[in-house]
Amino acid sequence: MNVETIPLRDASDSDLERISREGLLSLNLAEMQTIQTYFRQKDRDPTDVELETLAQTWSEHCVHKTFRGLIEYVENDRAPVIIDGLLKNTIAKATRELNRDWCVSVFVDNAGIIEFDGTYNIVFKVETHNHPSAIEPYGGAGTGIGGVIRDSLGTGLGAKPILNTDVFCFGFPDATEADLPKGTLHPKRVFKGVVAGVRDYGNRMGIPTANGAILFDPRYSSNPLVYCGNIGLIPKDRCHKQISPGDLVVALGGRTGRDGIHGATFSSLELDNTSENLGSVVQIGNPIVEKKITDALMQARDANLYNFITDCGAGGFSSAIGEMGEETGAEVHLERVPLKYEGLTPWEIWLSEAQERMVIAVPPEHLADLLEICDNELVEATVLGSFTETRKLIVNYKDEVVADLDMDFLHHGLPRITKKAVWQTPNHSSPKLTASVDLTKSLHQILASPNVASKEWVIRQYDHEVQGGLVVKPLVGINNDGPSDACITIPVLGGLKGVVVANGINPKYGDLDPYHMAASAIDEAVRNAVSVGGDFSRIALLDNFSWGNPDKPDRLGGLVRAAQACYDLAIVYRTPFISGKDSLYNEYRNTLTGEQIAIPGTLLISAITVINDVSKAVTMDVKSADSLVYVVGKTYDELGGSHYLGLQNMIGNNVPVVRPESGKAVMEAICQAIDNRLIASCHDCSEGGIGAAVAEMAFSGGLGISISLSAVPGSTEIDRYDTILFSESNSRFIVEVNPEYQDQFEEVMSNVPFGLLGTTTSDPTLKITGLSGQTILQTEIAGLKASWQKTFDW
Amino acid sequence: MPSPQIRQPKVLVLRTAGTNCDYETDYAFQLAGAKTALVHINQLLSQQVSLSDYQILAIPGGFSYGDDIAAGILLANEIRYKLLDAIIDFIEKNGLIIGICNGFQVLVRSGLLPQINAVAQEVSLTSNTSSKFECRWTTLTTESTNCVFTQGLPEQIYLPVAHAEGRFIAPEETIDQLESNGQIVFRYASSDYPDNPNGSSRNIAGICDPTGRILGMMPHPERYLTRYNHPRWTREDLVAEGDGLAIFRHAVNDVSS
Repeated sequence: MNVETIPLRDASDSDLERISREGLLSLNLAEMQTIQTYFRQKDRDPTDVELETLAQTWSEHCVHKTFRGLIEYVENDRAPVIIDGLLKNTIAKATRELNRDWCVSVFVDNAGIIEFDGTYNIVFKVETHNHPSAIEPYGGAGTGIGGVIRDSLGTGLGAKPILNTDVFCFGFPDATEADLPKGTLHPKRVFKGVVAGVRDYGNRMGIPTANGAILFDPRYSSNPLVYCGNIGLIPKDRCHKQISPGDLVVALGGRTGRDGIHGATFSSLELDNTSENLGSVVQIGNPIVEKKITDALMQARDANLYNFITDCGAGGFSSAIGEMGEETGAEVHLERVPLKYEGLTPWEIWLSEAQERMVIAVPPEHLADLLEICDNELVEATVLGSFTETRKLIVNYKDEVVADLDMDFLHHGLPRITKKAVWQTPNHSSPKLTASVDLTKSLHQILASPNVASKEWVIRQYDHEVQGGLVVKPLVGINNDGPSDACITIPVLGGLKGVVVANGINPKYGDLDPYHMAASAIDEAVRNAVSVGGDFSRIALLDNFSWGNPDKPDRLGGLVRAAQACYDLAIVYRTPFISGKDSLYNEYRNTLTGEQIAIPGTLLISAITVINDVSKAVTMDVKSADSLVYVVGKTYDELGGSHYLGLQNMIGNNVPVVRPESGKAVMEAICQAIDNRLIASCHDCSEGGIGAAVAEMAFSGGLGISISLSAVPGSTEIDRYDTILFSESNSRFIVEVNPEYQDQFEEVMSNVPFGLLGTTTSDPTLKITGLSGQTILQTEIAGLKASWQKTFDW
Repeated sequence: MPSPQIRQPKVLVLRTAGTNCDYETDYAFQLAGAKTALVHINQLLSQQVSLSDYQILAIPGGFSYGDDIAAGILLANEIRYKLLDAIIDFIEKNGLIIGICNGFQVLVRSGLLPQINAVAQEVSLTSNTSSKFECRWTTLTTESTNCVFTQGLPEQIYLPVAHAEGRFIAPEETIDQLESNGQIVFRYASSDYPDNPNGSSRNIAGICDPTGRILGMMPHPERYLTRYNHPRWTREDLVAEGDGLAIFRHAVNDVSS
């Protein structure tokens, strides 16, 4: 027989640890002991199917032990504080307290749901697929986007996927062999493979990929980050689901093979120089299978043929069916599972993370209709068993019971452990700015730096026009090549109501303080959404943490800081979190040398909102000569973590902070001015500060800009014009206003800091004068654009 | 009593595994005044649905069957070996066919385009010279032809392309024949990359059959139906209607009259 029994009852503690380690179970001793106790009470040893089911269900990936557990937190040598559930006390707490009435479903389903219009709601989820992409970039990234699309399909009774957004973090593409940790792929190969994987999956599914970012840091060389997001559209009456005992367990879609086994537990381990040998943990994607499922599901959903749906992601059937049957019980027969090839043992069938599979709960009377739809759409559908009233998970293989677990133990038996977290504010050496830096050269260098440079090479490989609804594109301007702050799509053709999607991320600030990194990421995501005309009063956020090993107190301390900022800012901005995900253990260890590399703690904030009338949308390219150019929001001496200091190999200390109340006022003012059609173009100030923002606006619009720094609010408190030009203070926008709207615009801005910096010019030159009127920077926009475009002119 | 001559034309928007521009193509024909149905090829093959109930057949873009083997070839073979009689009958009864992007690839590989001499593959669409997928807007020159879909179109229109295999190739004498027959419907406005985004021979972006009733094109007219689809609508004075809509309307008007 293919089922093994694991001698757990009599195992010593060291045996328990060995069993966990050798089986790639990622269970710690306390967890193994809890399982041991359970089976001692049952008076038998567990089968491999049972032990694997518990390991998957209890994995960090599936149950988020760090975010839900106890944390003893020490900040800057103060007395320890116990945090009983980091998620519940920060991110979810903000959502609960804000209690926005347009939030339909938060933190419970595969994606968050918010209202769109009178007929539809929108779902949004972002996930990571970091470890698989490190080992096999093309397959890892493709199945990353495939997986998050299934989250939309598995939310409520199934949403139609309408938009993808992707954010990647890589090592520098010009790294030399000596720069690279042993056993890791070259960052350029990872980059190209990831882009190709996302491209081929998204394009084949017919989902526009219209927004994203790519960031670079050497610490991502051994551990790239691949964030994949999907937005879906769902009828309002299809957002909730309930299983009835007697419903059939029906698997739809791809066949099951030996690919992706242990993906959930693998992602809860650090990578090392031998991880590249673990090919079987990476799944194999087939987007056309997922497209067929989508086509079939939308018909079955609208015909009301099933009561519940979820996707097979991490942990495969074990997670999907285990979670679906939590309140009822379920009994399945593994020999019925369609296989890619023979030879799989029962636990492999049960755990396989083979792609493109969904599980639905079908009332028996609807089975024939469902099978007819599936048959027409060439989708394989198989009845695996049924949901019961026993609150037990019973798994059969042929005539043998291979797992018999109490749902209560499976879902609530995990012991809560206390992790230690420490935060010590670092003190970097104060930056020593030289007296005379060539600012023109600095601006060219910032524009050419990989984080800022044009990503057109990537963007044009994604079909961002499919579905026919994209009204603010990723590339905008006179030559369709300027960097848009966010995208807007019309999900229901013929309407004027749009969905706005934007992202915010800056891991550099995390090296100074993860609190301000998180606040800045939220501010940036919100700024980007507001820049194009998104409704500030309707913004929902997603949090996606990629972090180092949370069992190490310093890593976890930073995570606590970041989560606290999420709460603080969300409360003031009134932007609830509706979903999120964490990917921890993003570390690399060289087992030969002991070298250890953690990624910089990285928080991606994704923002989604609506725009009631897309004809009011604004893009960032300047539109005409002789318009007024303003900065809105105050500039501070905040060069810490900036690109400008980075050029001089410094990091500094003054990380940009968010002043939530004044930030909120700025967002509201910009939102109001766009709604009143007073703004011709609008660009958020982020990496590279005012300098990079005005340069991008000018060359995207094919016009010059002439500004004076003396009109920048805050400039009188800063004694250096390079600081004013390149400081990356939050909550700032550069806007272009037609002179005929000057009074109306300034009236709307009356409660926020703003300054009239200058004008747009038909002379295609960027000209900047300093505090005493001297020209500090003068350069042609064609040259600036060339610098910005040359980096990834592959 | 309504006039019997005025009937609402019916459009069959053909789907199969991997079709993904069906929603917006269907919408474009509705906007042009037609009644539409999204029909899976299996419904035609099983005779649940009959092509003869429709006046226009649209084969939308996408990746039919994953473009396995070559773009569009599996759907092309299904059409050629299982539906050809129905399609020839459809054309003889004055039906219209449009294939967009993957639909164009299907028409070429099934031999329905260009039909210079026979229903057999005479031309091809192959990998872009840039060796990558290209999603970008292009200016097209409308040639003067008998193509039903393009009568009265402006000399230049602006539409997006999104494909990895759109380079039109054929033996020189075949292209000469296409030109002398007036079967070249659209060309990219310049031969420079990226104006010609895929390296097509003689900048060919779309062709029709000798009757002008079958049109195949790589650019996507269904993606430019209103001014808000245009990549520069925030900075240019544009009319409300996008350049693509007229192509659908000409087809609908033709079969209505």
